Amino acid sequence: MDIRVDPEKCTGCQLCVKACPYAAVEMQGDIATITAACTLCGACVSVCPVGAIIREMPDVAEIDTSNYQGVWVIAELDEDRLAGVTLELLGKGRELADALETPLSLVVLGNGVGELVTPAGEYGADRVYLVGDPVLEQYRTGPYTDVIAGLINKYQPEIVLIGATEQGRDLAPRLAVRLETGLTADCTGLDIDSEARLLVQTRPAFGGSIMARIITRNHRPQMATVRPRVMRRAEPQPGREAGLVEIPVKLNEESVLTRIVEIARDQSSQAVNLQDADIIVSGGRGLKKPENFALVQELAEVLGGVVGASRPTVDEGWIPAYHQVGQTGRTVQPKLYIACGISGAVQHLAGMAGADCIVAINSDPNAPIFGVAHYAVVGDLFEIVPALTEIAREELEGD
Amino acid sequence: MHIVVCIKQVPDTAEVRIDPETNTLIREGVPSIINPFDENAIEAALQLQEEHGGKVTVITMGPPQAEEALRQALAMGCDEAILISDRACAGSDTLATSYILSQAIEKIGDYDLIICGKQAFDGDTGQVGPGIAEHLGVPQATYALDVEVEGGKMQVKRLLAGRFETVAMRLPALITADKHMNVPRHAGLRGVMQARKKEITTWSAADIGVEPEQCGLAGSPTTVVEIFPPQRSHTGERLEGEAREVARQLFAKLRENKVV
Ligand SMILES: Cc1cc2nc3c(=O)[nH]c(=O)nc-3n(C[C@H](O)[C@H](O)[C@H](O)COP(=O)(O)OP(=O)(O)OC[C@H]3O[C@@H](n4cnc5c(N)ncnc54)[C@H](O)[C@@H]3O)c2cc1C
Ligand SMILES: Nc1ncnc2c1ncn2[C@@H]1O[C@H](COP(=O)(O)O)[C@@H](O)[C@H]1O
Repeated sequence: MDIRVDPEKCTGCQLCVKACPYAAVEMQGDIATITAACTLCGACVSVCPVGAIIREMPDVAEIDTSNYQGVWVIAELDEDRLAGVTLELLGKGRELADALETPLSLVVLGNGVGELVTPAGEYGADRVYLVGDPVLEQYRTGPYTDVIAGLINKYQPEIVLIGATEQGRDLAPRLAVRLETGLTADCTGLDIDSEARLLVQTRPAFGGSIMARIITRNHRPQMATVRPRVMRRAEPQPGREAGLVEIPVKLNEESVLTRIVEIARDQSSQAVNLQDADIIVSGGRGLKKPENFALVQELAEVLGGVVGASRPTVDEGWIPAYHQVGQTGRTVQPKLYIACGISGAVQHLAGMAGADCIVAINSDPNAPIFGVAHYAVVGDLFEIVPALTEIAREELEGD
Repeated sequence: MHIVVCIKQVPDTAEVRIDPETNTLIREGVPSIINPFDENAIEAALQLQEEHGGKVTVITMGPPQAEEALRQALAMGCDEAILISDRACAGSDTLATSYILSQAIEKIGDYDLIICGKQAFDGDTGQVGPGIAEHLGVPQATYALDVEVEGGKMQVKRLLAGRFETVAMRLPALITADKHMNVPRHAGLRGVMQARKKEITTWSAADIGVEPEQCGLAGSPTTVVEIFPPQRSHTGERLEGEAREVARQLFAKLRENKVV
């Protein structure tokens, strides 16, 4: 792997000097030169207006996979804490690292996030790569890709795991392209083939109609995004410590191509947070009329959950699209999913079959939703849902 | 402004089945549609064109029959259509696909905005859009709900879990369209008639000048080693009877399982 400046093309504009997170570009006279501090992260290549910086990736045949070691998890932050999916990935990452007899590391980017080293250790990381900079305060595609690509090039992990959240699905494909390696999306299963020392990645496709097992044989790192709420987080071990590697960077706001203008946390139903909900009560066409969503709403409220919906109810305008669960809607993984009057077409199942506990209430004993239900209530939802709401109210108020 | 929309023809997923003998997909007789999110991408492009003028080019990589998807896009109102069709491109994973599409977009040249769907219905990866942006070195906004373009800049409102984020960036850039961005228009009869007369440009791998070893199976780091049906039919417990009694039993079970 190599990066170099074509002196014929370089105009001496110094944009690359400003853009390099690792302070590895210097001016020699009017020409930019790359120093030994270079991590091949590629930030300078993206920013050069005249294409004077050339980065050459090795041929596949030249990659010696044994040079790549360790399992990495890229952290996602929720407010100032490690997001749930990151803890889950540490749990899974620990298993994979043990099977490979290699260390597990967590990569944390942010601004003033040093305290996260403690929970990282307690949840299973052996090492934390910590990168702090004001520019990294909030996730943005460009600087996160630059910094993480540089770290991966420098430390060469064999496996990199990223949450299949909106942030992870924004970041991972850019990283994989920059590193010219494979990326398996939205995995629900990860195992090690110890003989071949390969990560075996299992994922649903075609809206959950089929499952596929995918490997990345000759490229490194092996990268995967992993669905939230599928892997189990490990029990935290108080006092377990991770080693800290602080990475000095020098980032320049001017070199960042995007600016966040506004973040609106929406309390109204618009951006209802189905993905993080523990309990979802969903309604389908069996509700018959838009007004009847009130039944679903009431049960959801009593249980402390949120309201989901099947596609036809959204298409009919009974409820805003943000509530839609399924292939064109949201993929959810709650502890409890109660489907009221939903038939359970494959596209709907694709979005919710992974829930820990599924209750289906449907008058048709042959409705496909019963194929995934843990509790199949065959009956009239207009009787059962209100009865359940009432009992839940009585019981939960007693607590 | 010149907008390039990447669309994919996908099998209607409701119809996809696995052959239990061979564990491969049965595609015969399965109808093809434009990936639904890509219809949102086309609609977004047409709306921007109505506001700012310019041109909308649709592009797809696929087998010769993917031309149907392009015809449909032309009928909706797109100006030009390009089909990248070459055996060498078959079997491309998201790295190879985004490479090939990015090279084709480079060949098109003067683009201001690229719009992709949030994800494709068959692969469900959502990786090709950001992959194209990375190959081209342009900024991106995924999960777009609303775009406003002014001069050489744009603001994009993104729909994220529990929040909206508005980002500003310069053009050229790439966005991926969420379903909630708009309601795609239907092609009118006139559109369909006009689309029939329009020329569709077809490019081979050599026309775009892509490296053969970076295309198709050869250019794809990931390998699908197995496909199998999901194991999801487990026999759940059936509850039947008088509503209040059933509700009481159910609630007790949920309590037992510690889910409420
Ligand atoms: C490309 C594509 C993408 C799609 N994406 C999605 C998606 O993302 N999400 C999604 O949800 N769907 C999606 N669909 C739609 C999906 O195929 C089905 O049409 C849809 O899920 C069915 O919705 P439903 O169960 O609410 O309605 P119906 O199919 O009409 O079912 C209503 C059910 O309620 C039951 N019922 C009726 N009355 C009562 C009563 N009084 N008490 C109890 N039960 C009763 C009926 O027995 C029936 O089973 C997609 C379809 C396609 C083609
Ligand atoms: N073969 C293709 N030709 C054109 N566009 C594609 C192709 N594959 C994917 N795309 C675009 O990339 C988006 C995401 O696809 P995917 O990453 O496969 O989920 C789609 O919505 C399309 O806009």
